[in-house]
Order: sequence, then structure tokens, then C-alpha cells
Amino acid sequence: MREVYLDNAATTPLLPEVREAMIPYLGDVFGNPSSLHDWGDGSREAMETARDQVAQLIGADSDEIIFTGSGTESNNFAVKGLALAQQSKGKHVVVSAIEHFSVLHSAKTLGKWGFEVDEVPVDKYGVVDPEEVRKRLRKDTVLVSIMHANGEVGTIEPIKEIAGITSKLKVPFHTDAVAKAGTIPVDVRELGVDALSLAGNQFYGPKGVGALWLRKGVRIMPLLDGGIQEGGRRAGTENVPAIVGLGKAAELAKTDMESRVKRLTPLRDRLLKELPRKVGHVVVTGHPQNRLPGHASFCVEFIEGEAMLMLLNSKGIAVSSGSACTSRALKASHVLIAMGLPHELAQGSILLTLGIGNTPEDVDYVLEVMPPIVDRLRQMSPLYAKFTKTVKGGK
Amino acid sequence: MPIYSEKVMDHFMNPRNVGEIENPDGIGEEGNPVCGDMMTFYIKVKDNRLEDVKFKTFGCGAAIAVSSMVSEMAKGKTLEEAKKITPRLVADELEGLPKNKFHCSNLGAQALNKAIDDYLKKQQKEGGKQS
Repeated sequence: MREVYLDNAATTPLLPEVREAMIPYLGDVFGNPSSLHDWGDGSREAMETARDQVAQLIGADSDEIIFTGSGTESNNFAVKGLALAQQSKGKHVVVSAIEHFSVLHSAKTLGKWGFEVDEVPVDKYGVVDPEEVRKRLRKDTVLVSIMHANGEVGTIEPIKEIAGITSKLKVPFHTDAVAKAGTIPVDVRELGVDALSLAGNQFYGPKGVGALWLRKGVRIMPLLDGGIQEGGRRAGTENVPAIVGLGKAAELAKTDMESRVKRLTPLRDRLLKELPRKVGHVVVTGHPQNRLPGHASFCVEFIEGEAMLMLLNSKGIAVSSGSACTSRALKASHVLIAMGLPHELAQGSILLTLGIGNTPEDVDYVLEVMPPIVDRLRQMSPLYAKFTKTVKGGK
Repeated sequence: MPIYSEKVMDHFMNPRNVGEIENPDGIGEEGNPVCGDMMTFYIKVKDNRLEDVKFKTFGCGAAIAVSSMVSEMAKGKTLEEAKKITPRLVADELEGLPKNKFHCSNLGAQALNKAIDDYLKKQQKEGGKQS
């Protein structure tokens, strides 16, 4: 059976070059980067090379990169660490309604610690209006955190415009770029933000490693206390093989970015155009143009996402869904609800995220397999039966 | 997909008794699309037995498998026997359901029950008219 992996938003596969680069650090080169002997040097040098590679990917200085254990950790660190470091100035934090849970739940925790959290709404495409951010800024605002691109609907946010507002008022601005960094160009100086999160497994690097870029001079409270690793801001012996892999993946992402974007965009556009046409009663979620290059997301009417996901899986296609039934918490995607989609439509959420391994034939296959699967579930659906009866009755 | 038992997967991939019954003797609906699952059961009754049971379901894999299993368990049973089908029994027959799906997706027994009640209510009405 054909196998088509279309869940690159969940994680990308590891590139062979990245794996090769990591192998020595899973073997002979095992020293602790903090050790002063040759064994330590070997690991430390590799780690510092990786730091340079990550810095170059986002136009930063190497000493501004803090390695972490994941995108989630980077976001927790930024939201909690920046707010706590500024709390003598105030206890007001602004986030968007469609942030990843690692930002939203960190903000919720700040709420328990006495901070006040304001959520900025989004429009029907999931776009944050910079004016809505400006309206919420106060004298005691100590942090704004708005994501660079949304992993569920692919929409890219106007970060530069928001940074123009926050920087004038000298409010620290963090952006979660986990879904975007390594996929399309990100330059921290041009953006004008103060902190930015990224993760290795979003651009063909290993899982369990991320980074937080923190502009020089911005104060942060460490979440992990211990040794003086990462300039005293993130204690704990570093995951050297994963960091080396992150560095290599960053280097390749920078070199190949343009060709990757050129390859993915037409495949995405074909899905966005053809799938609604072939299946019918399908809504594209997220911004129609201003979205991540490999990202196609939809809501299919009258059926539920998990059932679609499972039937696609049985045909060798991997996708994901934001339906309530797919989530462990059994809640529909907060992103889709924030965009104003009705709950029953959000249940039909399906997310196809392409990666550099995908081909035009993969897209052909999905377009061939998907309509009968949807049809089969609709034939089973009481909502579809009601809909067809109303249509017929109306005629 | 290891979150579901083989039996659940079988009933999800090959659901039994999908569809509607024309002029059914009873209809029962349970759940709503907002929370994710909705099931409609149709029954045909003859001599106090469920001669035919069909369903339509909007929902996840578990919801579809539950509906299919309930329809299979209920067919041919007397109304009294069919009313004894509980969500627990359905889950056991399916060799288990994931914990978080037990309540929200396991609505088949209730939907069937409502269909039977619908039938009994109609019978009473008709009985009332006749006398």
C-alpha cells in the first residue's frame, strides 16, 4: 500500500544528514560539555557550532540562543520567565486566543500566580489585528506573546506590525515561531521581537530539543535552577546529540529554504483548491494565501475528524484533526472556535501538512482516496441525512 | 491504531446495520453534534421483538463501532431484553473502549432505548384511539 505522511505539523521526519551528524555524539564523543578536559571540549565545541547554526537561521547572535528540551519548554520559559523577571513593573500579560497550549496554559499558570491575562481575539482567518493588541496594552503590561504562525490553521500573523507597537512602549514581546522557524524566513532583528521559540522536530531535526532566542539585555527568570549551563538560564546537562541535530537541521533549512518553499507551495495550493471541489461542503480553515507553505487545513461538513483520520490511516495516509473526539480532553480545537466556527463544523476538522518528502503523486493519491471516505461517512451521518432532506424538501 | 480494540476497529471499518428504516415503528436520537457524537436509531417491531434495527451516526470511530454493536446486540431480541442493553455491556462486547470515550461515545444503548420508548408511546396512543 502507498504510504503518504501528511502530518508534518505534528513532527517532521529526521533527515539522514541530520542523523549522520548526531551519531558521533551518541557514541565516542560523550563528554559533558561543562567538563574542562578534552572529552568535555569535544561535546562543547559541537554544541557551540550548533548554537552558531541556529543563530544564523534566524539572524541572531550565537550568545542569544538558549537550548531547551522542546518548543513547549521554550514557550513556558519565555512566558513565565519574562513575566516573572518583570513583575516589579506590573502583572499584566497579553496573549492571543489561538496560541499553542504551551503559551496559553503558561499564561493560565501566571493567572494563578496573581497576573492578569488578556486574550486578543482573531478574525475568521485566525489573524490577530495589531490594533487589538495595542488596545490591551497598559502601564503594567510586562509581556505580549503572539505566535508567528498557527500550526493548526497555518495562518501567519503580522508580528512585525505588533512589534512596532510593543517596542515603542518598551513591552517585551515573545513570539512562538515553532511552526514557522526553519520553514520560511525568520529574521529576529527585522521582526523587532524580544524573544522567539523554535523546535527541531518542525524542520527535519530531532524531537526533544528546542531553542529560545532572547535579545541581549532582556531579563528572564530561569525555570530550571542548578548549574550554570546556557549562561545560567537553563540548568541541566545539555542533550548534546539532539542539539547537534538541531544545528545541522537549522543549517540545512537555511540553505534549502527557498527550494523547499517552492516545492511545497504548489502541492499545498492544489490541496486547498481541489479537495473542496472534489469532496463538496468543505471549508478551508485559516488564511487562504498568507499561510505556511506546506499547510492545508479544512473542515468537512456533516462528519467527524477522527473517523476520517482513521479511514485515511487504513489507506496509508497520515493526517491529524482538531475535532473534540481526537483530543484527549475531548474538546474541539480552541483555534477553530476562536475563529468563530460552529462546534459541529469544527468536529469535521482535518489537517494535511506536507513535508519535503511529499510528491505530486502523493497529492493525487489523497485527492483520489478522500472523496469516497467522506462519502462513506456521510452516508452514515444523521446530519447529512437531515441536510439532504432539507435540500430536497426545499426544491 | 492501538487506542481501539480489534473488535472496535472491526465494527468501525465494517459497521453492521447502517441506514434508515422506511416507516419505522420507533426512532430514538441521542447526543448532539456540538459535543462530538450523535446517534439516531430506527426500529421495526414485530410480535414484541426487534425485527430490524438500523442506525445513523455522526461521530468518532468509537461512536460508529458502538452503534454497530448495539444494532447487532438488539436485533431479534424482545423489547424487554433489548432495554437491558447498557453502555457497560456494549463496551464489554467491544472488548473495551478508551476511558475518555466511555461516556461521550457510548450513547448507542440510550438511543436504542429512546427508539423503543418512542414505539411504546405510539402504541399507547393508538391503543387509546381504538378504545
